Amino acid sequence: MKKLMLGNEAIARGAYEAGVKVSSAYPGTPSTEINENIAKYKEIYAEWAPNEKVAVEVALGAAVSGVRAMACMKHVGLNVAADPVYTASYTGVNAGLVIVSADDPGMHSSQNEQDTRMIAKAAHVPCFDPSNSQECKDFMRIALEISEKYDTPCILRVTTRIAHARTVVELADRVEPENKPYVKNKKFISMPANMIGRHVEVEKREIALAEEASSMPINRIEMRDKSLGVITSGAAYNYVREALPNASVLKLGLVYPLPKDLIIEFANQVDELVIIEDMEPFFEEAIKSWGIKCYGKEKTGVLGELFAAKIAKEFADKEVEEVEFEDLPARPPVLCPGCPHRPLFYVLNKLKLTVCSDIGCYTLGALPPLNAVDTCVCMGASIGMAHGFEKALGREQAKKTVAVLGDSTFSHSGMTGLLNMVYNRSTGTVIIADNSITGMTGHQHNPSSGYDIHGNSAPQVDFEKLCRAMGINDVHVVDPFDIKLMEKTIREALAKDELSVIISKSPCALIIKQTEQPYYSDTDVCKKCYMCMKIGCPAIQKKAEGGVKVDETLCFGCGLCASVCPFGAMKNE
Amino acid sequence: MFNIVIVGVGGQGTLLASKLLGDIGLSLGYDVRVSEVHGMSQRGGSVITYVRLSNDAPLYSALVEYGEADIILAFESLEALRALPYLKKGGKLIVNTQEIPPMPVIVGAAEYPKNILEKLKESADVYATNATEIAVECGTAKAANVVLLGMLSKHLPFTYEAWIDAIKRNVKPQFVDINILAFNKGREA
Ligand SMILES: Cc1ncc(C[n+]2csc(CCOP(=O)(O)OP(=O)(O)O)c2C)c(N)n1
Repeated sequence: MKKLMLGNEAIARGAYEAGVKVSSAYPGTPSTEINENIAKYKEIYAEWAPNEKVAVEVALGAAVSGVRAMACMKHVGLNVAADPVYTASYTGVNAGLVIVSADDPGMHSSQNEQDTRMIAKAAHVPCFDPSNSQECKDFMRIALEISEKYDTPCILRVTTRIAHARTVVELADRVEPENKPYVKNKKFISMPANMIGRHVEVEKREIALAEEASSMPINRIEMRDKSLGVITSGAAYNYVREALPNASVLKLGLVYPLPKDLIIEFANQVDELVIIEDMEPFFEEAIKSWGIKCYGKEKTGVLGELFAAKIAKEFADKEVEEVEFEDLPARPPVLCPGCPHRPLFYVLNKLKLTVCSDIGCYTLGALPPLNAVDTCVCMGASIGMAHGFEKALGREQAKKTVAVLGDSTFSHSGMTGLLNMVYNRSTGTVIIADNSITGMTGHQHNPSSGYDIHGNSAPQVDFEKLCRAMGINDVHVVDPFDIKLMEKTIREALAKDELSVIISKSPCALIIKQTEQPYYSDTDVCKKCYMCMKIGCPAIQKKAEGGVKVDETLCFGCGLCASVCPFGAMKNE
Repeated sequence: MFNIVIVGVGGQGTLLASKLLGDIGLSLGYDVRVSEVHGMSQRGGSVITYVRLSNDAPLYSALVEYGEADIILAFESLEALRALPYLKKGGKLIVNTQEIPPMPVIVGAAEYPKNILEKLKESADVYATNATEIAVECGTAKAANVVLLGMLSKHLPFTYEAWIDAIKRNVKPQFVDINILAFNKGREA
């Protein structure tokens, strides 16, 4: 049967067909739909882990115990999971283990453009790079087989344009592999004495796989016109085929370790060799280091994503018409109407604090008119950075600095930072923007939502008790829509010579049903002071003739505009 | 081969439109590429989706690049204008005349462009309707995406039945009737 599938859906399908039994993941664009689709197969145990490191450890445990397993994440999640990945490369896996890492060239929804292939190389882990959904499915199975054959974790790397593209996939049935017996083995104990020997195995394995790579069907030469030869992989392969239809191509499916013999064979057959790859000059540097003449990055650069017109222009001298862009108002993403982060950031902006923020929907509090964010680096960094501000500049700085992070981010990597604050006598203030869901990535459940990946009820962490148990005495739970109380609580917390945590608790507007009447502006009462425009609500617009209008199809009825209006002009009766 | 670019504002239902188009293509034996946007820009930002259908030349890339679109399907006026560089010379542009001001306009840092329709007509073969109003008449503003598909259906060589089947396959059973109604109105618009 043929089906149109997202790359991510096809990865899930590949795992299903290849008999994967355990999948643990933390959401992150563009990887999230993999585990969401895995969860639809009752044959696979699926879970959301609180972070990527835990996800990899769970999958590793499952693989070592003898069943095929996987973990999924976005590229930066692989940094969080790097510790177990680097050492699992030494310990080996028993049953197949695949780690899916989704890169985001062009930074459609990411904070950097890092290239997973570099981590695969650094960790000495084989890495696969599919070009369409069919390959996503097929490579998943091949990666599991290679994982077992060479006793190593494998990385399946996708990029946004593969993960989020629908192409045709031929479906097959699931083949249930026998569990591999688990036998106690000192290779799973990463003590120096054991790992010195394992490192030798890692080297041997990599050489053997690089040899096999030259005859693997997923690394294939497509001979056409020999005057130009291109080595490429993944999404770039598609653009090469469109831009340079006559060029000979060596398409790589396994991108680490590289099939050296095959590359030399190809290089010898073409007059001119170019390397076309998204992101870093990963192939190019390796191939040049073997003394083979080639070029690529000097033309394509490392910024953003490749596309066919760019390749045609650089390598086929094709005239590309200059595109004229009109200067149009941008449309950046915004906090939704009714979002509980809006009142919180309204108050933070009003208090003119230094806000060490974090990654999630609430990062949008950085944009006008809220303008309330100073820093946002990586998940959990808010807490460490606020602590750094305090330790560098002293108590006075702590009186005007807050860390803000979401509930999913706090569970992901906020707790250890908070423990550090407790331990090292911080007097700072941490605000957990608890909307009880992982919002930004599209509403995945997490330990604070009260539900598991299937939507069944699950234990819900009590952040207040957790903070108290860590040794914090000054803990408050405040509804952010009560902006007066929120302001007072923040002021008091900042003034106190002790560490404070404020849990700003109100559910995501997209998960509670709208029950309130939409608001309207009573033109008889409105004094045109435009205080209501300071909250940045997409449902409120200025009218050409003065005053404001509320779009009732967008209004959620949260009442924040009414709370900030000094004249009582915003009404919903 | 058809290259179609679908643009709109996050949350407007562009994903259903592209999914349905891809599905219809597959059911008729076309090769298909659909490139979607998930994540950050779904929060009320600009969204763009590419759909490529071919029953002759092989397809590789899932992107439609500048100057390559046969048809642009725009869910909002400003986004139609923004998408114009994607259109082939003489290409068709189907636009929902609804205007949704972006945040820079709301906060007064920018102005919503005037006379968008006239500007679009300078370089495209334009088909304009307020699909949102039509959808509201059908019972829900959410069906604006299907009204637009109804308009689009007149410019693609698929039978009416193929469209209706695709709607049935891709819409929850309780919403099928309202969506067929919206599709028909779009076809008449
Ligand atoms: C290491 C890492 N993993 C995953 C992500 C993707 N990501 C960005 S925001 C976010 C969710 C944040 O959820 P939460 O903290 O609850 O805030 P909300 O979006 O709900 O406001 C995730 C998972 C990331 N940026 N970095």
